[in-house]
Amino acid sequence: MLGFDNPKKALLTTVKEAVDNSLDACQEMRVLPEIKVEIEFLGNDRFQVSIEDNGPGIIKQQIPNIFAKLLYGSKFHAMKQSRGQQGIGISAAVLYSQLTTGKPAKIISKISPRSPAHYYELNIDTRNNAPDIIKDEEVKWDKDSGIKIELELEAQYQKGKRSIDEYLKQTAIVNPHLHLVYINPEKEKIEYPRVTNEQPKEPKEIKPHPYGVELGILIRMLKTTTARTLQAFLMQDFSRISSKVAKEILEKANLQPNIKPHSLSRLEAEHIMNSIKQTKIMAPPTDCLSPIGQDLILKGFKKEINADFYCSTTRPPSVYRGMPFQIEVGIAYGGNIPSDELAEILRFANRVPLLYEQSACATTKSIINTAWRNYGLQQSRGALPQGPAIILVHICSIWVPYTSESKEAIASYPEIIKEIKLALQECGRKLSLFIRRRRIAENEAQKKSYIEKYLPHVGIALKELLDLNNAEQSKITEILKDILEKGHER
Amino acid sequence: MTTLNKIKESATHIYQTILKKKKPTLNFPLRSLNNVKYDPKKGFFELNGKFKARTLSVSTVKTFAQTLRMMALSKDLLKGDDIATKREAYYVSKNWEEAKFNEQPESDMVMDDIEAMFMVNREQLGFIPEEKGGEVAGQLIVIDKDRDTNKEIKIDCTKFGSGAYSIPISVEDLKFETNAKFILAIETAGMFQRLVKHNYWKKSNCILVSMGGVPTRACRRFIRRLSEAKKLPVYVFTDGDPYGYASIYRTLKVGSGNAAHINEYFCVPNAKFLGVTPQDIIDYKLPTHPLKEVDIKKIKDVLRNDPFIKQHKEWIKALNLLQQMGKRAEQQALAKWGLNYVIDTYLPQKLKNEKTWLP
Repeated sequence: MLGFDNPKKALLTTVKEAVDNSLDACQEMRVLPEIKVEIEFLGNDRFQVSIEDNGPGIIKQQIPNIFAKLLYGSKFHAMKQSRGQQGIGISAAVLYSQLTTGKPAKIISKISPRSPAHYYELNIDTRNNAPDIIKDEEVKWDKDSGIKIELELEAQYQKGKRSIDEYLKQTAIVNPHLHLVYINPEKEKIEYPRVTNEQPKEPKEIKPHPYGVELGILIRMLKTTTARTLQAFLMQDFSRISSKVAKEILEKANLQPNIKPHSLSRLEAEHIMNSIKQTKIMAPPTDCLSPIGQDLILKGFKKEINADFYCSTTRPPSVYRGMPFQIEVGIAYGGNIPSDELAEILRFANRVPLLYEQSACATTKSIINTAWRNYGLQQSRGALPQGPAIILVHICSIWVPYTSESKEAIASYPEIIKEIKLALQECGRKLSLFIRRRRIAENEAQKKSYIEKYLPHVGIALKELLDLNNAEQSKITEILKDILEKGHER
Repeated sequence: MTTLNKIKESATHIYQTILKKKKPTLNFPLRSLNNVKYDPKKGFFELNGKFKARTLSVSTVKTFAQTLRMMALSKDLLKGDDIATKREAYYVSKNWEEAKFNEQPESDMVMDDIEAMFMVNREQLGFIPEEKGGEVAGQLIVIDKDRDTNKEIKIDCTKFGSGAYSIPISVEDLKFETNAKFILAIETAGMFQRLVKHNYWKKSNCILVSMGGVPTRACRRFIRRLSEAKKLPVYVFTDGDPYGYASIYRTLKVGSGNAAHINEYFCVPNAKFLGVTPQDIIDYKLPTHPLKEVDIKKIKDVLRNDPFIKQHKEWIKALNLLQQMGKRAEQQALAKWGLNYVIDTYLPQKLKNEKTWLP
């Protein structure tokens, strides 16, 4: 099952689906998120996972569908930057729990201080892909609003790379407005404090741009549109199509503007696709994106990573295949970061950490293809740079392109690679400036100690050679010190 | 001017430069084959005038201090009429805290710099080498002095039986008595032993010297003084390979690049190369080994860079021939024709036929 291919990944995917949803919901309602994740080890590879937030909650009627119906998600085809778009849906976690332990999912939801809290125990009726409600009752919940979900599942807990711990830490880095409490299976409490009250800008939903539409989607749009004519359909359901552009497209496709969209054949839809490709259309609007921002990347870095130097860059938005996207890069250098290893890469898509398939990812390829030696890091041919560095790459887009359904590696569109490289180079220049300055300072200090070490021996030798007295000896040592130190300030 | 005065003068100059708030500089002649010239009339490598200046700066302060401290050590030795071996000088530096030498080659290098700077021999600075000078057997009486009584001692080099007289580190005060007709300088101890064992020196009325590889300064100086004092020709007998030609023979005859400032005294310009020449390898049908990679490299290197070799077309021809054959032969390869072939046939034939020698 996608996202649950191994017991270690099961914990990660479960928590990830819930936390991503919570963060999206809080952001939409402009609430500063408080999330608590608790994983309890029950023995025999069994864990109880609970995730609780202070978000807007879910209205009673929707609870069963959201948690116990596969692929119910409302965000799947929306042209809007969201975290949830990166996942497979919380219901997949509910199903996995049900398959491995037979236990139902337990959900509490409350939408306002004045409403009661609803408690559900849900299974998925897999034959009909429908919720199977086991318990449904009102309970008292000492909270203004929010959701809590509890699942029991078979899994494996491990720390280190690609672990649930790592996911939460990285999530905290790119969501500096989040206050997260995590209690791990070893009963350790790890707290990630909020370092800004500034909430991410709420991304806007936009209509699809013609350049990014595939034939299947176009055919579905033609079937479901409310527009009465082809020309109206193009103008109302897509972004950046004026009546002039619409006419041009239809003319090239040899179609009358006033045909009913529902009546189009597959072949005619294909004609439209082809003529879109031949028509010059303005790039989509890019104000729909919500990057983290240079300053907040630094804040997120500084609170979780002890380094000597931090820098970040937010590129202006760009477009691949009609989809707006934006790249951000941050670099942390020195401090506690191990210096004899390859640089660590933190990859994010719409603020969600990507932990698997690093080598297949466009970010990794771009980092490898950047000449880090120019920026003061060592690098072997065809490899990641080496040194005490952590490189963060964030792509936000209304539609992040992945290499596969598991949504772990970003596809290598030339426009995306180019933007990532430009951002890396910008940060690289800042980094090299720091490294160079530090090297110069180190050299200065070394030179100074060199002078202090060996200069007295010139004095001693001259004293022995010329039978100088102590005063004469210290005088020439002083003069020499003066000459040499002045000499290398130049 | 005495060496002691030269040292003091240089130190005073440095001291006064410093008092004027200027950076002091030490000037050394560059000691390498690149900076020697060879004039066959003079007969030895001499400096070509390139200097390196070591101005006191952050990057030179360590060696600068070490050089001055080494000069101070030399001054003490000369004043106290004492000596120190190169190894001892290295150990003295261990008392110099941060300025100490980590390995002996570092202190040797500084010592060589000072030698060259004052154009003197290291013995004149109070430093002596560890290595012995080589061995001598044959028709020679060496006149040395007894350390305690200062009386002359006569050492008869015919009376060492199967052993030999050892050339001392300092040969400057030795005197000689001899009726020998020539000196034969030999590369290997093995060949020397064979000639001593069969009293070859008696048969041919000569003095045998074993160099044991590249001759030390003392060995070169001994042969030079002996040959000059008694007007004896010097013949050199080495393996037939680039090392025997360009390292052993060339150093004996004209000196080395590294000690170019004193080659004038530590070389034997009248030495002649007897064998084993590349032509000998052919003429005497000697058993051979293929040239090693280092041999080939050495041939190419000296043909391009060695001022002595480049001066003599005979040597260029010989080295080219060797390279062409791709072979080398050891002195002892002559034993192919019988153990005493070298005594009964090879050396007599070679000595008679000057045309088979190399310059």
